[in-house]
Amino acid sequence: MNPPVRGGGVILGPQGPEPSEAGRFGEFGGRFVPETLIAALEELENEFRAAWHDDAFRSEFSDLLGSYAGRPTPVTECHRLSDKLGVRVLLKREDLTHTGSHKINNVLGQALLTRRMGKGRVIAETGAGQHGVATATAAALFGLECTVFMGAVDVERQALNVWRMRLLGAEVIPVTSGSATLKDAVNDAMREWVASVETTHYCLGSVMGPHPFPWMVREFQRVVGDEAREQCRSILDGGDPDYVVACIGGGSNAMGTFAGFVDLKDTALVGVEAAGLGLETGKHGAAVNRGVPGYVHGMRSLFLQDEHGQVLEAHSISAGLDYPGIGPEHAALAASGRARYESATDDEAVSGFVLLSSTEGIVPALEPAHAIGWLERAVGDTIPSGSTVLVTLSGRGDKDAAQIAERLGSL
Amino acid sequence: MHLESTLRASRDTGRKLLVPYVTGGLGKDWLDVVRACSDAGADAIEIGIPFSDPVMDGVTIQEASQRSLDIGATPESVIAQASELDIAAPIAVMTYYNIVAHMGHARFASLLANAGIDAAILPDLPVDEMKRGGWDATARSHGVECVLLASPTTTDARLVEICAAASGFLYAVSLLGVTGERKGLANTAASMGARLKAATDIPVLLGVGISTPEQAAEASSHCDGVVVGSALVRRLLQSGGPIEAHKFVASLRAALDA
Ligand SMILES: Cc1ncc(COP(=O)(O)O)c(C=O)c1O
Repeated sequence: MNPPVRGGGVILGPQGPEPSEAGRFGEFGGRFVPETLIAALEELENEFRAAWHDDAFRSEFSDLLGSYAGRPTPVTECHRLSDKLGVRVLLKREDLTHTGSHKINNVLGQALLTRRMGKGRVIAETGAGQHGVATATAAALFGLECTVFMGAVDVERQALNVWRMRLLGAEVIPVTSGSATLKDAVNDAMREWVASVETTHYCLGSVMGPHPFPWMVREFQRVVGDEAREQCRSILDGGDPDYVVACIGGGSNAMGTFAGFVDLKDTALVGVEAAGLGLETGKHGAAVNRGVPGYVHGMRSLFLQDEHGQVLEAHSISAGLDYPGIGPEHAALAASGRARYESATDDEAVSGFVLLSSTEGIVPALEPAHAIGWLERAVGDTIPSGSTVLVTLSGRGDKDAAQIAERLGSL
Repeated sequence: MHLESTLRASRDTGRKLLVPYVTGGLGKDWLDVVRACSDAGADAIEIGIPFSDPVMDGVTIQEASQRSLDIGATPESVIAQASELDIAAPIAVMTYYNIVAHMGHARFASLLANAGIDAAILPDLPVDEMKRGGWDATARSHGVECVLLASPTTTDARLVEICAAASGFLYAVSLLGVTGERKGLANTAASMGARLKAATDIPVLLGVGISTPEQAAEASSHCDGVVVGSALVRRLLQSGGPIEAHKFVASLRAALDA
């Protein structure tokens, strides 16, 4: 175990636990991919393990997080929101990072690894475009070639992010197969990786996919939780929050946050899934609440499926939560009961979006707006008044402003 | 072990093996397409059970899978319809592991066995996960053979493990990439064929990307035969039926026999 690195205030805590040898978190995880990818995944696993214990790599990563990504991000106490809700709300401000979401933490780590493995190209999938923009950004910074796969439906919905990726020098490929959204973008990125694996690294955007991605991405994101734990202690006079809440697409901002708190028995961990139009409508992205175990995108985890094992399309107002699965470590935390998984509808997310903007002057991305929207409903119900709640604000809302303006009309 | 024994017997007469792939449930006449392939000289037939997220497949088989799902194909319906086949050629199904796991290993294996299907090919279930989950043991106890894939990136140590666990035939992935037609035979095909032939006595068939009679003939000179998928499925998507399938498979057969 290496000592914590504290270059420029960035707190990179000690390494977290590895999954079992076969890449398992409990019964979930593993490596269910075409044979062609096995050698590359073994190489990546070995390279990441070595790098993650190498002080030079860790300090380069932490320097980049500080001088380039703008870390550490603050924890902000929300006085007016707290008064309004009747719980003490603290926000971990990933919205303040370069590129505007937590996705930058992971891509800087993976870009460093790409260079370390001697590869000159990265590919990525993206939904809303946040991970695509982050990957294109890191590729520009490191001089890597970059190709981003994005569902054709999302290319339409997120035209500005497409333009940003191209500005950064990335090639954006619209994906028309299947439902033409995030799940299909992952499929096409995997297909491209099968064809180009010798020269290309697949920069996966969440704690999902085959081993070692779920573990590696959690470790690159744990800086969120490691920082927040210390910051909470200084705000709370050495205390810890009662609840730690984060939204769940694949689960990377939540897993990075939970990593800093999972050993604190008195802190409850809550993931908030997209309930879309309502869990009972079938139009949602709630893989823990409504999914069943399956094997998709290289992992055993929970997925929305029909009675025959065909994967269903997810639905969410936010493209970043529009995914029918969840990372395997979350599936294991749900099974063990260490974390609970709640959900917020599209309407609740919009309500959270407006609430945080108007009470605190912070416009959240629609993804973490689900966490705020859930909190609004849960206080006094599952969350006792007077509790202290840390919410990870995984990104800022600029990308969503036009969509919400259209939905709400003139205010 | 009907698939492997059939393929071995043909190979031992000096014949090059031909295994066409047909997406199950693709149109009303898909069983007639399978019969036509058999009549035209196929040594075995691969039947695809469509899956929503086929990561080892290129655009042609993706489209065929989606079309088949859209007209209502399910794993049960494809297997049940295949059980009506009365052809001489052994049958292997090709699908993805989620379909098998969702149904349950034992139920899937027994459905195959009862339908007279000899083998299963699961391209996203690599050998170590297959053994850990026990699919091979369940398949074996139902008499279902497990075709495994080896790829140009497979290490020598894994190749030993794959050869030891494979039955039916060894599927040699001819290139780095997913299924789909290619203009020429990949330059990795010859070395893959030679490497796998040196590693095992199980029939070795090159597949993925083999698109024309010429490519099939060239590929089979490095191994025991070929699997041809997208080139046939494209013809079926372009409203081809049993007659076109027969013609194309016969042209492959002729090239392999020449
Ligand atoms: C701001 C923001 N939050 C959350 C997510 C969801 O991803 P994850 O669950 O991996 O954090 C995304 C994905 O695009 C995002 O952009």
